[in-house]
Amino acid sequence: MKNNRRNFIKLAGIAAAGLALAPKAMASSGGHSPVKKNPAGIDAKRWAMVIDTTRLNTKEDIAKLADICHAIHNVPHIEGKREVKWLWSAPYGQAFPEQENPHMSDEVHHREYALLCNHCENPPCVRVCPTKATYKRADGIVAMDYHRCIGCRYCMAGCPYGSRSFNWGEPREGLDLAKLNPEFPTRMRGVVEKCNFCVERLAVGKLPACVEASEGAIVFGDLSDPDSDVRKVLRERFTIRRKPTAGTEPGVYYII
Amino acid sequence: MLEIALKGSKRYYGWIAFLLVLIGIGSMAYLNQIMVGLKTTGMNRDVSWGFYIAQFTYLVGLAASGVMIVLPRYFHNYKKNTHLVIFGEFMAIAACIMCVLFIAVDVGQPTRMMNVILHATPNSILFWDMIVLCGYLGLNLLVGWTCLEADRQRLPHPKWLKPFIYTSIIWAFSIHTVTAFLYQGLPGRHYWLTAILAARFLASAFCAGPAILLLVLKITEKVTTFQMPRDAVRTLVKIIMYAMCINMFFFMLEVFTSFYSNLPGHMHPIVFLFAGAHGHSELVPYMWTFIGFAFLSITLLVTPKLRENQKLLPWTLAILVIATWLDKGLGLVIGGFTPTPFNTITPYWPTGKELLVSMMVYAIGALVVTVLFKIATGVKEEMEQSQSLPCGCSTEDFCDCAAKAEAEAEA
Ligand code: SF4
Ligand code: SF4
Repeated sequence: MKNNRRNFIKLAGIAAAGLALAPKAMASSGGHSPVKKNPAGIDAKRWAMVIDTTRLNTKEDIAKLADICHAIHNVPHIEGKREVKWLWSAPYGQAFPEQENPHMSDEVHHREYALLCNHCENPPCVRVCPTKATYKRADGIVAMDYHRCIGCRYCMAGCPYGSRSFNWGEPREGLDLAKLNPEFPTRMRGVVEKCNFCVERLAVGKLPACVEASEGAIVFGDLSDPDSDVRKVLRERFTIRRKPTAGTEPGVYYII
Repeated sequence: MLEIALKGSKRYYGWIAFLLVLIGIGSMAYLNQIMVGLKTTGMNRDVSWGFYIAQFTYLVGLAASGVMIVLPRYFHNYKKNTHLVIFGEFMAIAACIMCVLFIAVDVGQPTRMMNVILHATPNSILFWDMIVLCGYLGLNLLVGWTCLEADRQRLPHPKWLKPFIYTSIIWAFSIHTVTAFLYQGLPGRHYWLTAILAARFLASAFCAGPAILLLVLKITEKVTTFQMPRDAVRTLVKIIMYAMCINMFFFMLEVFTSFYSNLPGHMHPIVFLFAGAHGHSELVPYMWTFIGFAFLSITLLVTPKLRENQKLLPWTLAILVIATWLDKGLGLVIGGFTPTPFNTITPYWPTGKELLVSMMVYAIGALVVTVLFKIATGVKEEMEQSQSLPCGCSTEDFCDCAAKAEAEAEA
């Protein structure tokens, strides 16, 4: 209750300040273009994802989703140790190395788990980035500005989940130029990239591509809204997150 | 004073030409890296920092080394170090330049480096590292150059310089601490995630840095009339000895904590480095060389007879430098990235091109050292300070060789 009131007062204050400043800001626009929101876009205070690993747990099924993700985001296909990936699959021991035990249920142990950026609440990648090329949005999504990134790869050392990929070479060499998605930029060599929770789709009112293609095995919604789909499944099912000891508060949950 | 650097022997110019050739060859490899990207290196998605960042880390230690000469001189009024101070400062300049260059060759988009200043981000340790490194570079340039100018004009060092000198002494500790913070605050990298890291960085810097400085000065003695005061060398070697002992003590603390606690995250990197894991044992021989050489150098340093032996000293120092370089240069970076966040092991080894680019940076550093030391020794020669005597002593030493020889002749 108290919290609510405080939030309200804060919001009211910000709104008042905004009203006072807005005309001036609009007039001068000080280097930042005014943002015009798409009315169809969907918004949240804290986007989060719940992956039902009882339904989505084979290499093939996850690869299908990854292919879609990588195609719409022009993620280059590169073989070997220098691969670039936003969404991929891994066995239990790699996904939850700290939460493995030698006598686990075979079924759980042999599942494949979909891995992606966790859009952490306290993201170390944002903390370490020296240019704010990696930043946290108001809706909890950890986003990247590929044009500001200097490619120092500090964020890759900082991410405890191996969610980030670096473009060691020219990314277009790993893309089928005839099949590029013209609606999403390709990257240049020498910058880092990772899953962006499909911000570009949320902005026009669509759910992330993997969620849409998962046939219900991935739930996506606002964690701060007690009535949201994600909160509902989190209430009903047992879930875990990756590396809880890292203190990052991942926004991706796994139903086991 | 720059004109001193222009007047030199054939050998001096030959050496400079040689360095320029090395820089030329290395820059070819660097151009290639700029054109095709960092795939010319051995780095990969899992081991995303490699040889370059390792060299950077090691050289920050070299930059901090001069303070082991400057601090006794100014905080303890240890006069014997007076004529060595300038070399410590000039070495720091070269080391800072190499550090910045190693970062520059490591980033994927070097043309955007200014973003670190344009979009200053105080929560990033890299931002602070840039500040402390550039600050240290500036401080040493200012202090070194001003002192040498004053010396040359036979004037006392200006008073206004004092605060800068004291600041630079404290600052030297900050550069290595901040560089350690770069690593030790990352939640998923257990080999780095330890409060002792900064202390260990300082300890290893204060042995390896002065060791390199002494080795370079030994060469300087060979090619110029400059001669280090005997007592100053003795004191510095003692400092090196203590720092190396502390360094290895800290390392043992690390090993104890990891294995007695039995925490897998803390044990895995050490096991990987010293015993190999999942069939990868590439680093094992190097890490044991580190241990062997570290204890060998400690033995040679703590035994008074061996420590005083000037013939042996360069070897002792070289062994120490190799040991610390293997530990901090190679082991630290690779160990930090192993095992990967997926508890797997991805091998890394620098490529030839990576080594060529590193050679370029080292050659640039050597060039800077050569020119600066040329100037410094030139001024010392003009002033007749710290010059070598026919008997091998320095003019700063209390030399009784002549008297001794006379006494012997009489007897
Ligand atoms: S998973 Fe990694 S990259 Fe994603 S927000 Fe968390 S720390 Fe950053
Ligand atoms: S690589 Fe780019 S995004 Fe990552 S820390 Fe450096 S500047 Fe930031």
